[in-house]
Amino acid sequence: MEKNRSYNRRDFLESGMRLSLALAVGAVGGLAIGKATASEWVWQIDPFACTQCGRCADECVLSPSAVKCVHAFDLCGYCDLCGGYLIPGANGLNTGAENQLCPTSAIHRKYIEDPYFEYVIEEDLCIGCSKCVKGCASFGNGSLHLQIKHDLCKNCNECSIARLCPSDAIKRVPASTPYLVKGGFIEP
Amino acid sequence: MSKRIRTGLAFLLSFFESMSYAQQRFPRPEFESGYVQPAPELPAPRLLSLEYLDVLVLLLVLVLASWFIYEKRSRRGILWLSVFSLAYFGFYREGCICAVGSVQNVTLALFNPEYAIPFTALAFFLIPLAFTLFHGRTFCAAACPLGVAQDLLVARPVALSAGVSKALGVLPYLYLGLAVLFAATGTEFIICRYDPYVGFFRLDASFVMVVLGIGFLLLGLFIARPYCRFLCPYGVLLGWMSRFSKRHLSITPAECIDCKLCAKSCPFDAIEPPTGYQQVEMRESNTRRFLLYTLLLPVFILVGGFLGGKSHVFLSSAHPDVHLAELLINQPELKNDPGHIDVQTFLASGKTMEALVEDARAVRRAFYRGSTILGAFMGLVVGLMLLGQVAFRERKDFEPNKSHCFSCGRCMDYCPVGQERKTT
Repeated sequence: MEKNRSYNRRDFLESGMRLSLALAVGAVGGLAIGKATASEWVWQIDPFACTQCGRCADECVLSPSAVKCVHAFDLCGYCDLCGGYLIPGANGLNTGAENQLCPTSAIHRKYIEDPYFEYVIEEDLCIGCSKCVKGCASFGNGSLHLQIKHDLCKNCNECSIARLCPSDAIKRVPASTPYLVKGGFIEP
Repeated sequence: MSKRIRTGLAFLLSFFESMSYAQQRFPRPEFESGYVQPAPELPAPRLLSLEYLDVLVLLLVLVLASWFIYEKRSRRGILWLSVFSLAYFGFYREGCICAVGSVQNVTLALFNPEYAIPFTALAFFLIPLAFTLFHGRTFCAAACPLGVAQDLLVARPVALSAGVSKALGVLPYLYLGLAVLFAATGTEFIICRYDPYVGFFRLDASFVMVVLGIGFLLLGLFIARPYCRFLCPYGVLLGWMSRFSKRHLSITPAECIDCKLCAKSCPFDAIEPPTGYQQVEMRESNTRRFLLYTLLLPVFILVGGFLGGKSHVFLSSAHPDVHLAELLINQPELKNDPGHIDVQTFLASGKTMEALVEDARAVRRAFYRGSTILGAFMGLVVGLMLLGQVAFRERKDFEPNKSHCFSCGRCMDYCPVGQERKTT
């Protein structure tokens, strides 16, 4: 009896509001859950859409950027005169610092057999500036290309590079297929 | 059956076509030296099970927080729990995933048919709201890394006057409205971009954000939890839930003795004195003001909507399509500037100017609708805030303001009632 009497108008209004708020949250949740996926999404660069503008090096929240150059060896021609390794009009086809396109010397050139050379990216040095990607795409096969490395990427809610990418090449991809490496991944 | 074969063949053909499209300029050599090509290093993203673990940790922290507040009445428990949350959600998870930012994911999921929201982001949005509806804003006290980062640095809190607090209290509504508008139109996630604390969790941020972050931390020494109280957009939603929550932290375990210690202990000015202490205004003038504000409410909404609609051109220029279209129309000479990346990429893409302008117009129309609604909403918020000033509610004891109280538990610690029971 005592309990009943203490239930006044204010309590009634409050529980009514509580119910409506619960319904509102439930409605938003219900609408959103129809579009929810159990899997996670990560950011990745579509190498065929990338225009090598160079913003990946500067606009990532990390410094240096989580974007690194990846070498799809399947596509590489193992050229001596490599457009990704040597600056245009290089003095000689050798590893001289003055001939290298990469500003941080992150590409290692190794002799395999005449006349082929292997090019390997040292990830710790790579800053994702895309200079080599541009060189390889304009002169070579385009086997060098940029990818977001997921051991480094913080998977920001909105990728700050994606926001500024002029060609909208960075998109969310399912975490089960986190890389769009050329060769395996074919131009859509 | 034959149809299936035919579609299969068509698929295969298109496959080979795309292969031939990707024909290499320099064919891959046939090596004679037994060279084995290395595989590129492609480290996997974080395990999905770990993402689900984050949800579990959030649930656990919220359950423990409720237990500390209601069963143990322990400020110390809340404190250590909050330190754990700062370490886990802040420094280990580095600020992402977070409930504050999830507002934008949910908005984008509701407005953009192409966006699929990860289940974990939805859970981070819903779970704290549901808990707050039943137990008050324990999320703010114990689980939110942004809140805890501020809470631990409260040094010399200054009491703000009620008017200043109320006026600044409108800011979170504006921030929430803008965040929803920008997320719904696919412009950007402003909450994440201007999060002042995430730089500390990552120990890496742009110069502007470092300055902003240090500024907020220094401000937080004197104005306790400045972001939570006067900016946090998720706090708006939590405030609504907490205002009508089923249970809420009670300062004293038994009878209040009006010692005022709790009101002095609260750095957030969230404890309201008994109404007997207040200079209760004349009933008549209060009623007049109440009537006036009620009549003004539709005016506020209309004026807000009008002003919001007026600002849509300015707001929409944050969208990349609108920005680019404006740039090209106002400064056509940029087309000859080889250094302008956005313009040059657009010109090279083959997209026509008409298509770009059409896209920009569609975005601007969406912004017109959105900013009108946002303006009307802000008018409503201001009107209701004024109404709240004159609404009189009797309080017999010192009571926490349910929508503003973060349930940090400082007042429980200071309350002398029942302390003798603790010591003996």
